[in-house]
Amino acid sequence: MSAFRSAVITFPGSNCDRDMAVAVEQVCGGEVLRVWHGDAALPDRLDFIALPGGFSYGDYLRSGAMAARSPIMQAVVEAAGRGVPVLGVCNGFQVLTESGLLPGALLRNAGMNFVCREVALTVENNQSLFTAGYSAGQQITIPVAHHDGNYFADAETLDRLEGEGRVAFRYAEQVNGSARQIAGVLNAAGNVLGMMPHPERMIEPAHGGSDGRALFENLVRGLVTA
Amino acid sequence: MKVRVFVSLKNGVLDPQGRAIHHAIEGLGINGVNDVRAGKMIELDVDASVTDDQLETMCKQLLANMVIENYRIERLAA
Repeated sequence: MSAFRSAVITFPGSNCDRDMAVAVEQVCGGEVLRVWHGDAALPDRLDFIALPGGFSYGDYLRSGAMAARSPIMQAVVEAAGRGVPVLGVCNGFQVLTESGLLPGALLRNAGMNFVCREVALTVENNQSLFTAGYSAGQQITIPVAHHDGNYFADAETLDRLEGEGRVAFRYAEQVNGSARQIAGVLNAAGNVLGMMPHPERMIEPAHGGSDGRALFENLVRGLVTA
Repeated sequence: MKVRVFVSLKNGVLDPQGRAIHHAIEGLGINGVNDVRAGKMIELDVDASVTDDQLETMCKQLLANMVIENYRIERLAA
């Protein structure tokens, strides 16, 4: 089997791209390629694509709106369609909803405040590539740092997400006003996950915990080269 | 030609910004304001060759997020 090969996309304003690259490199190993938003194509033979947190294009118009129309996102949408696993964290989650890869939208936090702290999450679905390293109902601690993390979708969409087991993580307590306390959602095929909390910031004891590690570990375990 | 696009949150979508503005208005001592919703207005200067369909495309694919927002296009007389 060839080494794990992944790409971390950097948008103008991304600031968790290095954290993500380090986490992937340390936990998944292999080769982590850094890809610029203006590139029209992704490297070939990717096992995993990460959209990092931070900001993108000044978050003008709406968080993630401009990034979702960047040249590289056309390639990411196409790769996701072929089944390549895609993880979007924080601003990356906003980019995934804006690009249509995930349903719903992320609104300004209900309390208007930027929330930056560790939060307790419940693993709702442990059947996905990203979450199979956890047990269903397990409570984990992962930090959040966002202003626009209030997940919104209409009731019909929320029912469908719940019915299809596509709610990956839920906040154990209300953090930002998210509908049904949803913290992370999967696409229908299960190869795209968007989440506001930052698993890449919880991969070793020096971070204050390593609850994010299992997510990355399982990517290698479930490796299917697309 | 000037075109104005008004983007507003759909009914039922929580608008914490509008709520904060509402609170500040009350702080001015003015009563009788029942609700405040904040949106945005985007002004474009376009050639006459830009069609209504193209304006709709701009709104649907970029200027508004149809999951949470509505838009209205207003063409201003030159």
